[in-house]
Amino acid sequence: MGEVAVVQHTPSARRVPGAGTLIAGGFLGILLVAAIAAPWLAPHDPLAQPDIVGARLVPPGAEHPFGTDAFSRDVFSRVLYGARISLAVGVLATALSVTLGTAYGIAAGYAGGVLDTILMRLLDGFLAIPRVLLVLVLVSATGSLSLPALITVLGLTGWFHVARLVRAEALVARELDYVTAARALGANGWRIVSRHLLPNVLTPAVVAAVLGFAHTVVLEAGLSYLGLGVQPPAPSWGNIMLEGTEQLRTAWWVALFPGIVLFATVISVNTLAERIRSGPAGAIFLR
Amino acid sequence: MTEPLLSVENLRTYFHTRDGVARAVDGVSLEVNRGETVGLVGESGSGKSVTALSIMRLIRHPGRIEQGSRVVFEGKDLTLASEEEMRRIRGNRIAMIFQEPMTALNPVFNVGDQVAEVARIHERSSRRAAWRKAVEMLALTGIPSPEARARDYPHQLSGGMRQRVLIAMALMMQPELIIADEPTTALDVTIQAQILELLRDLQHRFGTAILMITHDLGVIAETCSRVIVMYGGEVVEQAQTEVLFAAPHHPYTEGLLQAIPRVGAIRQRLAVIPGTVPPPTRWPDGCRFHDRCSYSWERTEHEHPPLYQVGEGHFSRCHLAEEPERRAQPHTPLVARRRVDAA
Amino acid sequence: MTAPHTGGDGAPAGKAPAGEPLLSVKNLSKTFSSGGLFRGGKELVHAVNGVSFDVGSGETLGIVGESGCGKSTTGRCVLRLIEPSEGEIRFTGRDVRALEGRKLRELRQDMQIVFQDPFSSLNPRMTVGASIREGLVIHEIAEGSAAEARVGALLEEVGMRAEYSVRYPHEFSGGQRQRIGIARALSVEPKLVVCDEPVSALDVSVQAQVLNLLQDLQRQRKLSYVFIAHDLSVVEHIADRVAVMYLGKIVELTTAGELYREPLMPYTQALLSAVPVADPTVRRQRIVLSGDVPSPADMPPGCVFHPRCHHPAKDAACTRIVPPLEEKAPGHFAACIKQPPTQVSWEQQREAGGEHAPDRYLPIAQ
Repeated sequence: MGEVAVVQHTPSARRVPGAGTLIAGGFLGILLVAAIAAPWLAPHDPLAQPDIVGARLVPPGAEHPFGTDAFSRDVFSRVLYGARISLAVGVLATALSVTLGTAYGIAAGYAGGVLDTILMRLLDGFLAIPRVLLVLVLVSATGSLSLPALITVLGLTGWFHVARLVRAEALVARELDYVTAARALGANGWRIVSRHLLPNVLTPAVVAAVLGFAHTVVLEAGLSYLGLGVQPPAPSWGNIMLEGTEQLRTAWWVALFPGIVLFATVISVNTLAERIRSGPAGAIFLR
Repeated sequence: MTEPLLSVENLRTYFHTRDGVARAVDGVSLEVNRGETVGLVGESGSGKSVTALSIMRLIRHPGRIEQGSRVVFEGKDLTLASEEEMRRIRGNRIAMIFQEPMTALNPVFNVGDQVAEVARIHERSSRRAAWRKAVEMLALTGIPSPEARARDYPHQLSGGMRQRVLIAMALMMQPELIIADEPTTALDVTIQAQILELLRDLQHRFGTAILMITHDLGVIAETCSRVIVMYGGEVVEQAQTEVLFAAPHHPYTEGLLQAIPRVGAIRQRLAVIPGTVPPPTRWPDGCRFHDRCSYSWERTEHEHPPLYQVGEGHFSRCHLAEEPERRAQPHTPLVARRRVDAA
Repeated sequence: MTAPHTGGDGAPAGKAPAGEPLLSVKNLSKTFSSGGLFRGGKELVHAVNGVSFDVGSGETLGIVGESGCGKSTTGRCVLRLIEPSEGEIRFTGRDVRALEGRKLRELRQDMQIVFQDPFSSLNPRMTVGASIREGLVIHEIAEGSAAEARVGALLEEVGMRAEYSVRYPHEFSGGQRQRIGIARALSVEPKLVVCDEPVSALDVSVQAQVLNLLQDLQRQRKLSYVFIAHDLSVVEHIADRVAVMYLGKIVELTTAGELYREPLMPYTQALLSAVPVADPTVRRQRIVLSGDVPSPADMPPGCVFHPRCHHPAKDAACTRIVPPLEEKAPGHFAACIKQPPTQVSWEQQREAGGEHAPDRYLPIAQ
């Protein structure tokens, strides 16, 4: 009864997003559009090597905003196409993780009892293995991977923390009165899980997934940098940076630009995730 | 006429949020004399808890005690005191008892240590001396086997015991004033009776003044000699307890008293106050109770009523003080006529 | 140890039921065991221990008691939201515990529940209208625009506007959310509603509004209520008959008026005298109980109330004999061997170590 401040939430009140949110959202929006429209936006063919002798390692200029690499390929176009691949891998792998993690977490949380205990002990085991190590082992054991296989590996290793979060939420949600009310109205298990548990456990999981997305993108870049991820000549931010490492002192632009774009992407994603969690949408979607 | 122990003058505590300024406490003045038990009554959103926290200077950002507020305790204005000075007063000269004993106690220390800590902070007693005093206090609050209980952790004790521990903590330095914020709301009725009895006994023994904050009018009737009713961040009525219950002046007080089911009363529909408290970000211009009131008229819509004196020590923030004949013509409150939200 | 008590069948006092009562509960028990495979020893908690009562059509039975007495668990067991460990529950003649699958789901249309906490009783991700509509959808009572119309009508019935059905729970106050919860319970046209502390979390003035609403709905729809609360004044106001629970058992059962005029069970006496009265001119001799409520995992032998009992005739017999819930006056049941008349004869009591003869003790003169 003694609450300190009563602030009525008028749903129609417009809240102005802060500068950080705008910048982060803006950047990601542009990146997304650019990645999708890469075939039309890229000034040059990312795989074309027009003049390996004359146009190699050209510094950034009017014709090549990000310069060219050792094979006279336009870095800007490669970064654009690389965005397609890196983002696609990130999104698809994360989607896989969220699906797996949510299914596992809800099953454990809703079932409770012995099944929950077993599933959670198993999960503890999975969580104990560092993801990077796991990915490296899987990748090197199978040799170089096709893109779908890479996505699958990343997805299969990224669901553990989602499952734990979802299960914790499910345990809490299961005891709430509105779930009991649904049972009292005669709802069966499926209905309770799909209409009452899922929507209420999904959103914290989505926030965690968004952060996981950033992690996955970085992981993919790292793998590509090690030569284990996306294989050249297909561009990925990671392998562009790998190629640019050799000429880091002379042709710094090859490694730097993809690095900056990667950095900006991760920061934007994390900023947005934090803002979503504490913003007005959080009132409806995140309890 | 001796100086009051505590004198709050025109206290305004505003919360500066992104949704606007919430004027939780909007010009509250009250007094507590030595040894007196004063009740502060109001429902959620009335500002009573914020008032208590403001007195103790426990308001945090985005809340702020506004300029022009004075909280005079033993002659000293607490709004101007430094944090160091406040620390010396809290727990020592003014103590606070909260509603939820479980959250007010630290779960990783045993209760004896927590009670003893009060003495160690304010008196700089040795560990042994402070512990001894703590056990004495626990005994005083009626905890059986206090030596053994002092070594228990909060989760091992029942709600009633924990509240006794909080009371012991509050009394350690024999403060002049105890602010009790809903001290029995979370307790079972039979335990509540024990705690109220305990507070009465201890008050007689130590002569402490108590500011009892609650929404339960029954508790007020049993323990307080004077009552202050709050609504909409303001004091709307103030009187001696018997007077308030026998002849309330402000329509809100009237409504509250009628809305309580009484044990032994004939079973009938309860008289209700329709509508809800307006949000503190948008207090209405005139009387804040205007659209829920059965006696309202044009004047109450636009003119904010001051605190009128309507009897000996009896004040009411209602224009009916100047136009009492309107009480004979009650009508349906505006909010019920508009069929706007039921509460 | 003498024979376990026989439950009184709680026949409605003062009201002649038309044939069989709507709800009949006999010897209901629920035991929880805490501690499992990986923790220490098991601890048995007898949350509900042999509870029996009836509720007639259009009647309100109040169940009153302090925290841990088992009243909430009892309410949920009746609805089989918690599975009872033992006992018989009959609703309109049907054996509730034997129902399964479709039959159990059909029963759900007849018995509903309203919860205490307005902030967790509605799904925050569903609109208010969707929450109310759920029952209609599950039982295929209505769909599409017909369902919308019913939802609108239900909202109006609980004193809100039909347009509110598209809003989300967080846009409403506590009292309004309780109304929505009531509308949801009514959507399936139940005959009985278990109200689990429906007004405890509300302010006084809002409480009054919701209580009035419940009474109006009862009259209009001929509902029966099992009204669970810890606030005696609220229960007395709304209930026809009242059962007082302590540590999992019913210790007194009678009409509301009778309970407040002549409480026989010493616990009821203490409970009543503990309620602070909003009237400063009433100076009462308060019976203050000593000690705390014992934990339901560790119950005292014999009469569970004996350690805190103030009855002048209390003696060793009380620690050995479990008092049966028996009829002390027409329609008035109490579990106390020291309040005559009692089936437990004086010889039996003496055998168990009794020293004081039963003697009617009524400290409260109302």
